[in-house]
Amino acid sequence: MNTALALLADAPVSPAMPASIQVTLVLALLLFAIGLVGFLTRRNMILMFLCTELMFQAAALAFVAFGRMWMDLSGQLFVIFILTVAAAEAALALGLVVLLYRRKETLSNDAWAELKE
Amino acid sequence: MDLALLPTLLLAAVDGAHAASDGHAAHAAGYADVGTLQFAKANVDAGYSWLKWMLLAPLASVVLCGAFALLKVKGRWPAVFTVGSFVLAAALAVQLYLQWSPTLFSTHAPLAVPLGDWIDLRWGTGPFQSLVAGFGLYIDGITMLWMLFVTVLATLIALYASEYMESDVKAGYARFFFAVSLFVASMLILVMSDNLIGLYLGWEGVGLCSYMLIGYYATQPGAVAANKKAFVMNRIGDLGLALAVFLIWTNYGTVEYDGLFQAIAASDAGTVQGSWGKAAIPFLLLLAVCGKSAQGPLFTWLPDAMWGPTPVSALIHAATMVTAGIYLLARMAPFYTAQAIGAEWAETALLTVGWIGCATAFIGATIACGQFDYKRVFAYSTISSLGYMVMGLGVGTAFGGVYYVFTHAWFKALLFLTAGAVMHGMAGQVDFRKLGGLLKVPGFRLTMLCMLLGCAYLATMPFSAAALSKDIILYQALTSPVEQVRWMGWLGLATAGITAYYAFRVWFRLALGPVRMEPGPDQHGHDDHGHDAHGHHAHAHDSHGHAGHGFHPHAPGVRISLVLAVIAVGSVLAGLPSYLEGKLGFNWVQRFVSNSSAWIRDTAGPEHAEILGRDAHGALFVLATGVVVVGVALAFVLHAANPALGDRLRTRMLATPGLKWLATGSEHGWWVDQIYAGTIGMASWIVAQLLYVTDRVVMDGIVVTAVGRVPGFVARIFQPLYTGSVQGYALTMAGGIGLILVWVVWIWLSGGAS
Repeated sequence: MNTALALLADAPVSPAMPASIQVTLVLALLLFAIGLVGFLTRRNMILMFLCTELMFQAAALAFVAFGRMWMDLSGQLFVIFILTVAAAEAALALGLVVLLYRRKETLSNDAWAELKE
Repeated sequence: MDLALLPTLLLAAVDGAHAASDGHAAHAAGYADVGTLQFAKANVDAGYSWLKWMLLAPLASVVLCGAFALLKVKGRWPAVFTVGSFVLAAALAVQLYLQWSPTLFSTHAPLAVPLGDWIDLRWGTGPFQSLVAGFGLYIDGITMLWMLFVTVLATLIALYASEYMESDVKAGYARFFFAVSLFVASMLILVMSDNLIGLYLGWEGVGLCSYMLIGYYATQPGAVAANKKAFVMNRIGDLGLALAVFLIWTNYGTVEYDGLFQAIAASDAGTVQGSWGKAAIPFLLLLAVCGKSAQGPLFTWLPDAMWGPTPVSALIHAATMVTAGIYLLARMAPFYTAQAIGAEWAETALLTVGWIGCATAFIGATIACGQFDYKRVFAYSTISSLGYMVMGLGVGTAFGGVYYVFTHAWFKALLFLTAGAVMHGMAGQVDFRKLGGLLKVPGFRLTMLCMLLGCAYLATMPFSAAALSKDIILYQALTSPVEQVRWMGWLGLATAGITAYYAFRVWFRLALGPVRMEPGPDQHGHDDHGHDAHGHHAHAHDSHGHAGHGFHPHAPGVRISLVLAVIAVGSVLAGLPSYLEGKLGFNWVQRFVSNSSAWIRDTAGPEHAEILGRDAHGALFVLATGVVVVGVALAFVLHAANPALGDRLRTRMLATPGLKWLATGSEHGWWVDQIYAGTIGMASWIVAQLLYVTDRVVMDGIVVTAVGRVPGFVARIFQPLYTGSVQGYALTMAGGIGLILVWVVWIWLSGGAS
């Protein structure tokens, strides 16, 4: 048993915690589904971007849940990475959105359908 | 000219018929079977490794001149480096000669000096399981002779060039001396290397340098065409040399001279297994000689090489590059013996060498008669003289051939350098119809007298060095037991007469008659230097008022005059080996040759030989002197005593349909260039066109375009899927992931992944 993990846990834990992991995973699934549906139905680039963030966090939540399940720090480590990369990516993506808005004076991604060629 | 010789030729025919009936069958087989061959094993002595400085000095000059050329430094330093390094090389050659001459004349062992490893491949211990070619020197008689005259003449020519190229100090001076240094370094590598691969290195080196030097005036299209031609022609010969080296290795298992000559000497002429591979070696070597020494079918590059600066012509045509072919023949003489390739093939190979040389000598001389560019006359005379040398080796007197190389190197350098002095003074005028009476022009007297000496030697004036050496070749040929060889001798004698005619045709036209000085195309620098000559020449302009009014020819300066005088003296002294033969009891050059691999047969000709039923020596002297006198007399009548007659004769020849071809053919080099252009050139043009069309239609049209259209075609099928809507793409992706999930779950549920 890892000492660091033991400090983290507020109570003695056992590997199998079926009730809590199922709840967490369902929550992550819901978050992901909301994000996916939002991404597919929205045309506003900022909202689409927010939906991708939602899917990100769903994945991060699943990582935490599985890390807890296996008593392994790797899941939490991955989350730290995801948050860091997501922060950088958010800066980039929002900057892009701003630039795209300046070009077309609209946030709709349909305005850029001409890129298909 | 030819008519005068007809009786002798008829007599020769009768003579030949006689010999054929009595002696031909008995002697012909022995022609290439030279009895026991003995080559002393080389004496390895690393104590002579200071000889490497002979190669390193010119190479150091190459580096320095190259640096000057690259950094575009102007100045006269490159000439100093070059002349200095050549002086050092010449001093070392003389030093070696002095150290070595006592043993040279007593023992027969060549000197081998290992300098370092180069190629050392071994894949076994037996024969034919290694390829070894080191940096090493192999010095026997002919190497020594070549080392001496190459370095001494190169020094003199470089000194001459330092003045001749003066007007280029601000342009290509460093580039010029870079190439000249590399040229001499390559030539020394060629003659001093102890193996065939080293020889090949030098062989290619001189080829490259001749390319650079012929094309020195790179802004002139003619020069560029000429150097390309020289290079391509030489490549054909180089291919022969490369193939010969390959075959020598596959047949003897080594490319080092010492091992090769020992192997040939050890084999027995009676039992030698002649194979096509061995028999091809001498012919491939001959092809190489044809390229480098401008023989037979490959001679046409040499006249065009006149585009190079004149000192280069002297260096290439007199002392170095063209004699490399003769060196190769002399060095590889053991391959023309029965021991090496069997008696029949060896005889055929020797006769081929002889005929190529003989025919080239004759054709070169006939073309020289029709040229009006004096430099080109000397170029064709070089072809002709080289033909003599090759013929000498073919008829079996390596001594005669090499001796003529030695004497020719001097007087031909003299001729080219005097021609250069005239060109230099006359702003590049090379047409002797536009010049005349130069003997009367102050400042040119020495030049014209030197040219007279050169022409007399070219014409093989009796008792001159040239005649003494050439007569050895003719003597050997005319007293040969083989009928074909005697025919070569008679044709060679006729060539001597023609040579006498054209040599003096040039000199009479240039030196005698009224003073005529039409300047040539390049007026470069005649204001820079030559002020001293203006005063002297003023009267010539005033009294004649020729086309070049205001043109001031400038006489050669100190360095050119000095070099001319030295080489003129050298030309005369080149006959010393013969003059002193009675006193010393031996011929100096013969000693060199007899201590080398060229010495494959006993001395010249049978005893008490006869030519036309008389004593051979006396008869040959009378015949040779006779043709020279006739030739010079004809030249005198047509070009000195009554030049108008000569001109009228030419006009009439051109007007007579039956004789027109003679005059125009000679002037145009028997249209050899045109014939090559019409046959080989046209054939390659047609092949090139076919390949061009194939390339356009098959490669570009079918292969490339077809392959190039495949991605476009595939793209057109799938293009409609790209709607431009991000949501569409995302839906596709999500759907795809969904499908994969369903598939995984399905497999899982059906227990497939257990």
